[in-house]
Amino acid sequence: MNHAVLLDRTHATRPIRTRLTMTLAVFGSLAVVTCLLAPLVGSTHISLARAFDRSIPFSENVDAQIFFVARLPRVMAGALVGATLAAAGVVFQAMLRNPLATPFTLGVSAGASLAAMLAIIFGATLTIGPFSAVPMASFAGATMATGIVYWLATASGRAMSTSVLLLAGVTLNSFFSALIMFAQYLADFAQVYRAARWLMGDLDVGGFDPIVGAVPFVVAAFALFALLPSSLNLLSVGADAAAARGVDVARAQRLAFFSASLATSAAVSLAGPIGFIGIVVPHLVRLLVGVDHRIVLPASALFGAAFLVACDLVARTVIAPVEIPVGVVTALIGGPFFLWLLVRKG
Amino acid sequence: MATRAKGLIALAALLVVGAAGQAGQTTQPRAAAPPRRIVSLVPALTEMLFAIGAGPQVVAVSSYDEFPPEVKKLPRVGALLDPDSERILALRPDLVILYGSQSEVQTQFARAGIQAYVYRHGGITTVLDTIRELGAATAHPTEAARVIRDIQTRLDAVRAAVKGRARPRVLLVFERQPRTLRDLYVSGGEGFLHEMLEIAGGQNVFADVARESVQPSTETLLARAPEVIVEVHTSGMLEAREVADEQNVWSALSSIPAVRNKRVRILTADYLVVPGPRLAQATEAFAQAIHGVRPQ
Repeated sequence: MNHAVLLDRTHATRPIRTRLTMTLAVFGSLAVVTCLLAPLVGSTHISLARAFDRSIPFSENVDAQIFFVARLPRVMAGALVGATLAAAGVVFQAMLRNPLATPFTLGVSAGASLAAMLAIIFGATLTIGPFSAVPMASFAGATMATGIVYWLATASGRAMSTSVLLLAGVTLNSFFSALIMFAQYLADFAQVYRAARWLMGDLDVGGFDPIVGAVPFVVAAFALFALLPSSLNLLSVGADAAAARGVDVARAQRLAFFSASLATSAAVSLAGPIGFIGIVVPHLVRLLVGVDHRIVLPASALFGAAFLVACDLVARTVIAPVEIPVGVVTALIGGPFFLWLLVRKG
Repeated sequence: MATRAKGLIALAALLVVGAAGQAGQTTQPRAAAPPRRIVSLVPALTEMLFAIGAGPQVVAVSSYDEFPPEVKKLPRVGALLDPDSERILALRPDLVILYGSQSEVQTQFARAGIQAYVYRHGGITTVLDTIRELGAATAHPTEAARVIRDIQTRLDAVRAAVKGRARPRVLLVFERQPRTLRDLYVSGGEGFLHEMLEIAGGQNVFADVARESVQPSTETLLARAPEVIVEVHTSGMLEAREVADEQNVWSALSSIPAVRNKRVRILTADYLVVPGPRLAQATEAFAQAIHGVRPQ
């Protein structure tokens, strides 16, 4: 179904395939270059020659450990989380037909945060394979929140309504936030500080295990995303229009909701709720490439990866040896840049 | 959930130094009889009161007080964030001990004509000054002087015991997520923990960071390459297996000399991070962890 071309007024001149290839080439190069350069820079100066020198045992090679244990996993986590949150943002905005929707709007991250908070307060230490207690708890919390929101939106027996979904999600978000506050109030100070640090978001995962744990979920979510763009193009115009064009609206919305929630759950359990990516990146990309989701979705994923990796680079170097929480950087850089683009484009 | 690690309000003070403010103590002398009904919302200062013999004058403590054991029998009237001013007033105190950031209740008590002593957070000197001031405020100046002398003597003994020894580069971790190396809080180059570490014969690897706590990244930990890692666990005692698990967490960063040479020391006790009369004892524990010496 190639209905989407009809919707695109700004870039309708060239065929979709050419535009897709060009856009992916540009955004892909940006992501690749960022991810290749980022591990070369850090709060410490390291010798790359030494880092790759196989004659020094790894257990004694500081440069190699900084490169392979500290920087590389961190850049990979940044790319993974950035891509995931940006893509999830695109999907939620289109599905809910709300430009202000973010991956966190429907309570997924609040559910994750509440569960992470409880894991911290109860001192959970359970570790299964690559999963440690707090990420597991936050993933479970996110899944639970997704289930509750979906149940609420379909409880009346009708098909899922996006407006009920939105209201239920926003309400659940506030409710979980209240529970988070209550849990914080009862917790010890040390726990509150650990929890607060978690809530700021952190890509310093300290090894590949946590990433390996998150990848299957992210891959599954992106596989589902691949089915979405055409129906998202129509859904973002309106459910009736989409239905008139032969889209199974309920099915498409369900698919969008669950895939984007899964993506968000995986990202948040890996790095905490890093804000701004899921709203700034999709809008930026739309300003640059138009509104066709077949292009916006992959371009946002690539740009999100580059953007978060770059923000984290700033976070870990600007005031080293102390760091700025990466969520602060995404907001500080993303906000003004977004506003500038908005004003410039009129 | 709050029962396991209630000795931690001192740690909180360490962490919220910005919020607690540098107001300094504002004892308002009222040329009256020494206070006979003291309410303390600051656990470290409760400890001081008991150490200088003012324990019998204490009528209520914070919800985080655990030490000395006598406090467990006393009523609990909230803490830093939730002082129960109504209950405090009902106890008819003549001296309340508060955090600097608790300005609202401070105003309330001032209006009720109750004298307040405001906690001031800082280094060892501040701790000793606080003991002296509490001694003066509660009519126990001699005992306070004795406690201060005792602390100084014990700290001097630690200094003597580690004198002439090589001073290894030490990382002092006082908080992190269990079983992972995430969300670490370590001592920076200011505050009582840093000073205790230096007295115990260690060089703080974050001595150059002019803050009390630092949240280092994996990269910074690797780059700072501490020769000894001292980890303080205040949330209850760990079993031997748990200690081994927590030590193992560090094996991911094997290029750190402390990890390679198996010098990651896990200490579990609540007094290790309390800026109170037991700081000399904590300093001795640090010296033991760093140098294996226990001064007399």
